[in-house]
Amino acid sequence: MATILFYILATTALAATWMCITRRNPVHAVLYLVNAFFALALLFYLLGAPLVAAWEVIIYAGAIMVLFLFIIMMLELAPDQPVKGPGWRRWGPVLLLSAVLLCSTLLLIVADPGGANGIPRYYASPRTFGYALFKEYALAVEIVSFQLLFAAVGAYYVGRSDKKVTCPGEEVP
Amino acid sequence: MIVPLSHILGFSSALFVMGLACVLARRDLIMILIGIEIMLNAVGLALVGASAFWQKVDGQIFVIFLMAMTSAEVAISLAMVVYLRRQKATLDADAYDGMKG
Repeated sequence: MATILFYILATTALAATWMCITRRNPVHAVLYLVNAFFALALLFYLLGAPLVAAWEVIIYAGAIMVLFLFIIMMLELAPDQPVKGPGWRRWGPVLLLSAVLLCSTLLLIVADPGGANGIPRYYASPRTFGYALFKEYALAVEIVSFQLLFAAVGAYYVGRSDKKVTCPGEEVP
Repeated sequence: MIVPLSHILGFSSALFVMGLACVLARRDLIMILIGIEIMLNAVGLALVGASAFWQKVDGQIFVIFLMAMTSAEVAISLAMVVYLRRQKATLDADAYDGMKG
């Protein structure tokens, strides 16, 4: 059961990634990439990493891809002329991939591979995970927090505008 | 293990090659960044597969660090995309072939 799900999800992820890297419109590419990330999150769950699966959805699909979409829409990078051709050609692949993902999720919930059937598989419980993360890798966690701080400061420095910002009511000297 | 490790590694390397092809072939800065994202995810999948193979949690912790690194990288690189767009009003990577300084 879990083995079949693995191959279905791997095919879905590969197809979504292929659609992603061949799109001309960056918005479509980002949406297909979100699809691939959902498939990868289910794969992570199948491989015994539930926390990583949750963070894949929250951080990658939720935060990073939305940041990409935000920048694309802010800079108006997407072509504004409508795509020629029938509508199913645009919506068919993403509908198919999403349907496969939804069916896989339902199968995963219903069948619960490894739980009921007793298939031995590795499962990192939150206790094991947290203990290893904050005990053995405590220094690395601190370094990563510094790295995120530097990234925030660097992004602010690079992204600042040269023009002096004035408040609406303020007199421009 | 639900599947052999070689299948996981093969799948992850296929994803990695797709990301690499995207970085090498596309000239749009946004698509290059998306290719980098795909490559980082392929590496994460290989790490999780190795973690399941050796029954150790360390691989998953490396994926967490990978995610933190990716967030920092995306923040900086998208800020640079906005900066470059202000400079030249294009995001074609070939347009940025000169250095000043």
